[in-house]
Amino acid sequence: MAVKVKINGEVREIDAPEDMPLLWALRQELGMVGTKFGCGKALCGACTVHVDGVATRSCSTPIGSIGESEVTTVEALGQTDLGRALQEAWLEEDVMQCGYCQAGQLMSATALLLRNPEPSARQIDAAMSGNICRCACYTRIKSAITQVAESGVAKKGKANA
Amino acid sequence: MPEAIALSRRTLLKASVLSGGGLALSAAIPMVARAAAVTGEAQGTLNAFVTIAADNTITIVGKNPEIGQGIKTMLPMLIADEMDADWDQVKIVQGDTDAAKYGPQLAGGSFATPMNWMPMRQVGAGARQMLLAAASRRWGIDSAKLTTKLGKVIDPASGRSLTYGELANDAAGVAVPDLAKVPLKNPKDFHIIGRAIGGIDSPKIVRGEPIFGVDTQLPGMVYAAFERSPVFGAKLVSANLDVVKAQPGVIDAFIVKGNGNAEELVDGVAVIARNWWIADQARQKLEIKWDNGQWASHSSKGYDAAARKLMADAKPQETLASHGDVDAAFASAAKVLDAEYSYPFLAHVPMEPMNCTALCHADGSMEMWAPSQTPQGGQTGVAKMLGLTPDKVKVHITRMGGGFGRRLTNDYMHQVAAIAKQMPGKPVQMIFSREDDVRGDFYRPAGWHRLRAALDDKGKLIGYDDHFITFEIPGPGAYNPAAMSKDEFPAKFVPNLRYAQTKMQTAVPMGALRAPTSNAMAFVMQSFLDEVAQAAGKDLPTLLLEIVDGAEKEPDSMGFMGPSPGFNPARLRAVTRKALEMSGWGKTMPAGHALGFGYYFSHMGYFAEVVEASLEGGRINVHNVWAAGDVGSQIINPHGALNQVQGSIIDGIGQALALAIEIEGGAVKQSNFHDYPIPRMPVTPKIEVEFVKSDNSPTGLGEPALPPVIPALTNALFALTGKRIRSLPIDVKQLA
Repeated sequence: MAVKVKINGEVREIDAPEDMPLLWALRQELGMVGTKFGCGKALCGACTVHVDGVATRSCSTPIGSIGESEVTTVEALGQTDLGRALQEAWLEEDVMQCGYCQAGQLMSATALLLRNPEPSARQIDAAMSGNICRCACYTRIKSAITQVAESGVAKKGKANA
Repeated sequence: MPEAIALSRRTLLKASVLSGGGLALSAAIPMVARAAAVTGEAQGTLNAFVTIAADNTITIVGKNPEIGQGIKTMLPMLIADEMDADWDQVKIVQGDTDAAKYGPQLAGGSFATPMNWMPMRQVGAGARQMLLAAASRRWGIDSAKLTTKLGKVIDPASGRSLTYGELANDAAGVAVPDLAKVPLKNPKDFHIIGRAIGGIDSPKIVRGEPIFGVDTQLPGMVYAAFERSPVFGAKLVSANLDVVKAQPGVIDAFIVKGNGNAEELVDGVAVIARNWWIADQARQKLEIKWDNGQWASHSSKGYDAAARKLMADAKPQETLASHGDVDAAFASAAKVLDAEYSYPFLAHVPMEPMNCTALCHADGSMEMWAPSQTPQGGQTGVAKMLGLTPDKVKVHITRMGGGFGRRLTNDYMHQVAAIAKQMPGKPVQMIFSREDDVRGDFYRPAGWHRLRAALDDKGKLIGYDDHFITFEIPGPGAYNPAAMSKDEFPAKFVPNLRYAQTKMQTAVPMGALRAPTSNAMAFVMQSFLDEVAQAAGKDLPTLLLEIVDGAEKEPDSMGFMGPSPGFNPARLRAVTRKALEMSGWGKTMPAGHALGFGYYFSHMGYFAEVVEASLEGGRINVHNVWAAGDVGSQIINPHGALNQVQGSIIDGIGQALALAIEIEGGAVKQSNFHDYPIPRMPVTPKIEVEFVKSDNSPTGLGEPALPPVIPALTNALFALTGKRIRSLPIDVKQLA
């Protein structure tokens, strides 16, 4: 029996068991491989997506548990001003080394700025501490987030929402 | 048929001895000329690396595997600069594995920069010569009178110009010049080298586009989970395949027999499904009977007890270095220091778990999509295992989500090839779970050192003695990736010195971890030298400068990958002084804060680092790190260079603070990031980096910044508490 999940604004039918984690449905049932497998236990954040705008570890989220909620993945990140601003800041800062964790980092950063457009350094640390970057590009990740927060894009988005 | 003639041409590059008498690496790059520069085609292939399209797009092949070290951007920068290309018109493509076409393709040892600095520039300069020759023919002017700039050949006399795109087809028909003789730019004329350039794949990465090995998708592809014995060295006796095959969604399950070499293929069971998660779920139902042999009794605790006994009582098995009369020096010493140091096994845990995709074609040949740091080694290894010639194993190089040395070992390539061979015509992607990765790694070996130092009545270091306890794996293919060099600093600078070692047997697989040997040796030696310095009433940098006082540069020697520049005390002095200056060494620190110093020379790079640390409620805080590094005359891409140094420093701090792999019952106890806690954002200190330029050919940055940060941290903790950390990871309780 197919499971219906709304992903990036589109209802997708997934012919897989309800307990299949969203990560594996995205990657191997739908061919959306932007969301990454890192640990399978919600420990590293590489698989972070948004469920109703909240950063969620897709490796530990069964597709049957999502219901009517809306899933956003990195593939749709550039569709909002905030997402695009973060992508641009990531390139501007040349954040990444291997880049594997960066989809998850970007999704966590977006979720942070959605709920808190002006985070303090400590709040950035706290919100991002669930995302491991094995190359340790933390200095630049933090700097890119700070840059976007200071630009006011997130604040503007919140006012419009 | 000029093309046919061109195709047969092989021009070998040999990097000549460089200015400054520094480095003379030679990497032979076979310059297979144009693939098919057919007349009338809208592009010209000038050599194995450079193709120019009529619209002026210059496609440059990045030959080396990209693991995050920035090489896919950096090597083409060398070519593009010497070509006088416009970087905005450059497109980079990843080359497949092809030793004949591209020469060595390797991501490891910080070798890519020293090996390719000259050859890649020569490739670019050669292409420029061909474009000049084409313009010279077109205009009927001596090419010596022409010049180039940003993708154009210019005739300064008339002011007219032709774009590289307009010349590409003609240039493809020009004879490839002798690359050893092509003129190279004066470094002051570099317009791309030295520019901070963003990673070439980064725009794709922020959009989530498929680019990593595990993103490989092929029609009809199936996924494999591979269950191996948790106990290293075990052999498979039997497995309940029928139960697993009956699980919903499982396509097949079968036993794969190992070949006796853990670096290639160990016994296991492959479970195949259309989705990896389904295969992994079914795998949980496996019941396998293993024959653990002698290894199930092995443990880290057992190794530690045995090593301590060896250090206390036993004579070393073998002597590595012996200078002067060590026993006499200790007999005459005014002061003797005696200490035991140790460090644990470590795992690599790159973010992208090990994976590989393979397709066995109808003729038995294998096609692979391999995230490997040594794809050429993987190709020959898989070919040998399957009884094929290497040309029957085609290996596409994918971007990798980190390497750190894990992907120097191609066990996963062998495993998936063995699985795919049983399913001809079906692409198979094998993926490790994180638990498979943590428990199925090739670990930085644990090690123990009993160190003794003899000081005379003036506090001068007159004797030095190390008994190193390390491991060996019985059987084929095994090597020690953390072997101690007879020249380990301060070997050549203390008059009476002995290095000796004893090996214990293990089945725990060993591999090179970022800055192999050095990542452990720097901690041991720079900590113990700090002890020596304290005992002599001075600080470590002062002691180091005294130890090398008056010493001359050592001659170059043959290293693992070619000639290697000899140790140069002047470079030690320069980075040491710079780090002291940057950190304000000797200044009054805020209450509860202290500075520590560490220096190390590895992978041809010299780094001196100062750490500022404090202790707060049983937690170690690292506030600042100042790093001064000398990796030669030129930082090729400052963006990437800084990222490597910052990452290396946090990596080292993370190891020192928290990381250990423990063996229990012959298997690894840790399993995932909860008990192997890689550093996270809050750990990040403020890091200041300065490069000290020297008259030496540029060398790599993947590794040399890591080793010294560990002793810099432990030495800071000594300065703070008076307690000496002699075992990693740091046990904060010992500082109370």
